Amino acid sequence: MSWGTLYAQLGGVNKHSTSLGKIWLSVFFIFRITILVLAAERVWGDEQSDFTCNTQQPGCKNVCYDHFFPVSHIRLWCLQLIFVSTPALMVAMHVAYRRRGAKRDLIARHGDKIKEEDLKNLKNKRLSITGPLWWTYTCSLFFRFIFEGGFMYALYFVYGGFHMPRLVKCEVWPCPNKVDCFISRPTEKTVFTYFMVGSSAICMALNVAELAFLIIKALIRCSKGRAERRRANGCLDSLSKDKALFQNQQNEILLSDLSRDKTV
Amino acid sequence: MNWGFLENVLSGVNKYSTVIGRVWLSILFIFRILVFVAAAEQVWKDEHKDFVCNTQQPGCENVCFDQFFPISQVRLWALQLIMVSTPSLLVALHVAYREHREQKYGRKLYEDKGRIDGGLLCTYLVSLVFKTAFEVGSLLAFYFLYNGFSVPRVLRCDAEPCPNTVDCYISKATEKKVFLYIMGCTSILCIVLNVIEMLYIISKQICKIAVVEQRVTRWGVILLLFRLH
Repeated sequence: MSWGTLYAQLGGVNKHSTSLGKIWLSVFFIFRITILVLAAERVWGDEQSDFTCNTQQPGCKNVCYDHFFPVSHIRLWCLQLIFVSTPALMVAMHVAYRRRGAKRDLIARHGDKIKEEDLKNLKNKRLSITGPLWWTYTCSLFFRFIFEGGFMYALYFVYGGFHMPRLVKCEVWPCPNKVDCFISRPTEKTVFTYFMVGSSAICMALNVAELAFLIIKALIRCSKGRAERRRANGCLDSLSKDKALFQNQQNEILLSDLSRDKTV
Repeated sequence: MNWGFLENVLSGVNKYSTVIGRVWLSILFIFRILVFVAAAEQVWKDEHKDFVCNTQQPGCENVCFDQFFPISQVRLWALQLIMVSTPSLLVALHVAYREHREQKYGRKLYEDKGRIDGGLLCTYLVSLVFKTAFEVGSLLAFYFLYNGFSVPRVLRCDAEPCPNTVDCYISKATEKKVFLYIMGCTSILCIVLNVIEMLYIISKQICKIAVVEQRVTRWGVILLLFRLH
């Protein structure tokens, strides 16, 4: 069980995403998950063992580390990546639900004569993002954006910025007075922090762009549909008017014939 | 043998679950197993090495660690995940039993092997009851073994051979607390989903029985009127 399973799940959603969604997925996997697993985890691997305090007091190092790193950067990023990927699963579930309905209809229509390739086509068919799926997709984008922003803010709030200092001064009990504590690899950690924050910001920008794209596409589709409906209604009106006029003329002719016959 | 094996086995069960069951399975895999493997295991990795006591007395640290952590939180969590996933296999076993029966008698005995009715309904409900029981049991075990879900920075230990009372410091106390809360919340969410699924299945069955009874009553009335005429 690892990031590979998540990749498999999200890869399935990729088929039904927009082009911006596909770019988001690539950025997500290449610049964030891969970097986290291959590089960042090594940099933070010895964070506690190499956190050194200028004291012999037992327990001081543990307590100071806990005070300055309530939740490690790596763990925050892991949680961020997990939370940010889950809205895409809402879309996957909706697509699976639609496919199940389509399969049921196919079976109802063809019964036993159903072909393997029909089912295969149904499985590989790309669904368009319209109707209820549009709402699910838009909601998933919105939640993704909220989670990204939330975790970035949490990182900023917990660590007072994205910079990792070389030295921190600690005076938590049981440390006697104020004690100097030294963080391991602060520059490397700062570089990776800025990298992860930057890729997070790019993902947020892609989410906003995708949301705007979907909304504009939906508005264009709505206005096209309205124009078509208006054109269709207009044609019908003129047709019914002509029909009514013709009927009136026929009625007049009949009435005039009737009155002529009467007088005769 | 790892979590991937469990995942493969459970993915097969997905087919025979209700919608709520599938949501439960996704939450189990993503918010519990993935969080456990990707993050939580690393937090508890050096828990014994970084458990430090304010004493030079040999053996004191070992004894104190053993006293405060009879079973490590991360191991209890792993046990919980395994115990909670396995009742779903009862359903897979029952469906396999149905398939075996059809093969044995050489004809179609069930309209849909995976439909939750008859014996499979009982098996499904039993699996839900067991799942809920294991979840609640694990939460209670956590609560009573560790005095709630809090992880203190300092523990005071006076077990033999420590001289008097000695201060012992736990590493990454806040981070461990955060992950225990995540584990607790996802556990409670899964319990709620199990209860909702149980109620959903029971209410669906009651509706089915009510519809059948209505139909039987209608036909009975029609037959009676026919006889009277």
